[in-house]
Amino acid sequence: MRKFADSLLNGGIFDGMPIELGYVLVVAFFAFVLLNFIMLVAGVTSWLERRVWGRIQSRIGPNRVGPQGTIQWLADGLKNIMKEDIIPEEADAPLFKIAPYLAMMGFFATFAVIPFGDGLVVADLDVGLLYITAVTALVVVGVLMAGWASNNKWALLGGIRSAAQIISYEIPAGLGVITVVLFTGSLSMQSIIRAQGWEPWNWFMFDNPFLFVAFFLFFVSALAEGNRTPFDLPEAESELVAGAFTEYSGLRNLLFFLVEWGNLYVIGALCATMFLGGWQIPPVTENPFLLGLLQFITFFAKSYFIVFVAMWIRGTLPRVRVDQLMTLCWKYLTPIAFVNLLGAMIWFIVFPHGFLPMRIAMVLIGGGIFLYFLSRVMFHLRRAKPEMHLSPLA
Amino acid sequence: MDAAEIHRRLRDKLGNSVLPEIKENEWPVIGVLPAAIAESCRLLRDDPETAFDCLSNLTAVDRKTDDLIDVYYHLYSYGHRHKVNLKVSCPRLDPALPTVSTIWPIGDWLEREAFDLMGVNFIGHGDLRRLLMPEDWVGHPLRKDFVEPEEYHGISTRRESLLKL
Amino acid sequence: MSTTSIEIGLERETPAGLETEEMTLNMGPQHPSTHGVLRFVVKADGEIMRRAIPDIGYLHRSIEKISEKVGYHGFMPYTDRVDYVSAMQCNQGWAIACESLAGIEVPRRGEYCRVIACEFGRIASHLISVGATAMDIGAFTPFTHALREREKINDILEELCGARLTFNYMRIGGCAWDIPPGFIKRATAFLDAFEPLIDEYNELISFNKIYTERMGNVAPVSAELAIAWNLVGPNLRGSGVKYDVRKDEPYSVYPEFDFDVPVGEGKMGEVGDCWDRYMVRMDEMKESCKILRQALGGLPEGPVVAKVARTFKPPVGEAYVRVEGSRGDMGWFVVSDGTAFPVRTHIRTGSYSAMAIVEVLSQGLMIADLIAVIASLDIVAPEVDR
Repeated sequence: MRKFADSLLNGGIFDGMPIELGYVLVVAFFAFVLLNFIMLVAGVTSWLERRVWGRIQSRIGPNRVGPQGTIQWLADGLKNIMKEDIIPEEADAPLFKIAPYLAMMGFFATFAVIPFGDGLVVADLDVGLLYITAVTALVVVGVLMAGWASNNKWALLGGIRSAAQIISYEIPAGLGVITVVLFTGSLSMQSIIRAQGWEPWNWFMFDNPFLFVAFFLFFVSALAEGNRTPFDLPEAESELVAGAFTEYSGLRNLLFFLVEWGNLYVIGALCATMFLGGWQIPPVTENPFLLGLLQFITFFAKSYFIVFVAMWIRGTLPRVRVDQLMTLCWKYLTPIAFVNLLGAMIWFIVFPHGFLPMRIAMVLIGGGIFLYFLSRVMFHLRRAKPEMHLSPLA
Repeated sequence: MDAAEIHRRLRDKLGNSVLPEIKENEWPVIGVLPAAIAESCRLLRDDPETAFDCLSNLTAVDRKTDDLIDVYYHLYSYGHRHKVNLKVSCPRLDPALPTVSTIWPIGDWLEREAFDLMGVNFIGHGDLRRLLMPEDWVGHPLRKDFVEPEEYHGISTRRESLLKL
Repeated sequence: MSTTSIEIGLERETPAGLETEEMTLNMGPQHPSTHGVLRFVVKADGEIMRRAIPDIGYLHRSIEKISEKVGYHGFMPYTDRVDYVSAMQCNQGWAIACESLAGIEVPRRGEYCRVIACEFGRIASHLISVGATAMDIGAFTPFTHALREREKINDILEELCGARLTFNYMRIGGCAWDIPPGFIKRATAFLDAFEPLIDEYNELISFNKIYTERMGNVAPVSAELAIAWNLVGPNLRGSGVKYDVRKDEPYSVYPEFDFDVPVGEGKMGEVGDCWDRYMVRMDEMKESCKILRQALGGLPEGPVVAKVARTFKPPVGEAYVRVEGSRGDMGWFVVSDGTAFPVRTHIRTGSYSAMAIVEVLSQGLMIADLIAVIASLDIVAPEVDR
């Protein structure tokens, strides 16, 4: 991106203008494009979630606005923008107002390093993963601030739950990430993807058993960090009304939900980057534009697969209790993550260049599990009563 | 154990505090004097032969014509599967009975309800407050001579007939 | 409605110079998981509750007083409102109470119609209960699946009596309508489709690890405690007491049917925990299906309603009858003075005692557990307040 900016600046478009102002303009332009792109992603994710959820729950879901309800998110967004922004009298108004933006920033900033394609990344930072871990912590600040500033006991409980949960689950998530970093030797997102290949056996997920475990550690912890079921305690509707967001209305409330759906996509993108080969595609074409498009589509498909799994989990599982949440993190995930990291180190020493038979075996096992799972799904679909067959396009 | 036997046992222990006649019914009714009701309940619960471990129901009935308030205690024994109904009559002006909430914990709420809606005083009940009505409500709504107040906190309780609107 | 006024002193030792304060949370009457208008004043220390004090009366409509004004026949529609989630059993309770006052014999076909209606009502009510329990624990899917089936039951009951929620189906001496043509076929078809679905729900949620962890070992009620607090119905059976009014104090034509009484066995923890109470309801739906099949198969011919005078004047006396409602046995107490209006009606319901016990059960639980306890006790607000 920096190169691109330089080439633009040297290309004579900004002649007679201070170089700093040129940079600012370029950055502002990309930020604007990215912001709109994120809104689109979060909106589409929200629509997808509601449709997937509806299908799981044998109902239809939004299908009125636009074809198949595809622009329902736009209607919801407009509605929320036009609603009154209520600030409770007893609330701490400045903090109350700023909280959603902090949460928003926390997730928005992650998009800067998400690699959608070979050259399609805003900033390929050398410390990409570290950066992501750092900026996502801003979401906690936002949620905690929202909980505190609302001056509402339910919100306070929600905020504190959220803080405890996100900070705790940073550890297994971080250890899962470190396992990957161990094998790539780089924190940059692009070099992690380049260290993998387009074939499943060249993905880190199937590279060795330890990375496989790391994937699950990361995925579970990321679900917890993104406040997703079964870890959606901070906004547990049946317990805390709406948790930290109880007092929010209108646009500010929408921003929190935007963060939730956007974070869902970030989880998918990170999983795809670190474990599923990112944008890697087979060398089918020389055309750089087509190549970029294919990479983009591949990356999106992979990340949305993970997003879909998260939605599926949300439609199936109940919610854990707060002490069980902590038990799971500190007594199970964290020790497993440490042992796993140790095992990965040993593996790396023994097989510094990978071990092909293990990769093939893991792909076969993984494929087998996947096929068995599909057969279960097909079995249930066949057994289901005809009237339950809501068409996905109903 | 049939009702006559339960009645005989109570009479043996409490003498004339237990009225001599039984009204045979699905739940046979045994009359008890107000002062003896808690004692007879305790006896019925603690005697292993009767073992009435459950207070199924407690109801106060306003008998305005006789100037009495009757309180019915429906007792049930899960162990022996037998049942009895103790009936107490107390004066309408100042109905007061010893509490059974110390014998069966559910008596707590049932007595509070009887107090709230019928104005029966349960002596020894530690926490006799209104249960269903707001705490600043005046009167006991299930009494026959209860007159609904015109308004409550400035809200009128009268409504125009819909036909007149 | 008066709990707010009392202050509960809960002393706790704190290090010198540090003050801890108990948080008083107001859960309800408008809270997503207090279905209807229940209210709890929760004294909490962080996530852990010291006490949850139930506060009732927000749905108090004084149905008992209404009965004194509208007469015996006229009270039937009001009984629907006592427990609107399973109104059929309330109808039945009032009808049986009046019949036992006046000594009316109900025609056998009428009794069968009542049983069919009541058991469908029971399944519908239990579906709501188990679905809402799962929803309170955080899984939304079982709720929609349960409601889908309940809609079909509503359709069936609509065929029977023209209403979907407040049925007003029964009359003193029998039922209002006979079974419509083709009803038995459609009802049986529903049962055929529904019975395997119970196992599917169990697969989906009942044995889910998170679910059993949330429900198992939470707020166990021992058999003694349950009886002393007068817990009834599924809550009592969840504590391991094998007692069902339909079996042990038979009324109507229930002795003619063959069915089991499921009890809690403590499979996921202690006997009488939330999971046991939940599972009893699951199993009871199967038993209701059994009863329904027998009742639909052996429906006798004849009238559905006995001849009862338009102005119903029972002899002087009182009657206390218990019917097995969806939330346990409902006690219907009626006192008659020989006029057309009852002197006093008292309805003792299952949710009432379940609500009373919450304060005892809630001590030392977490806030999230309170939700599980309320849901597993299946408290329905109108039944508590009447």
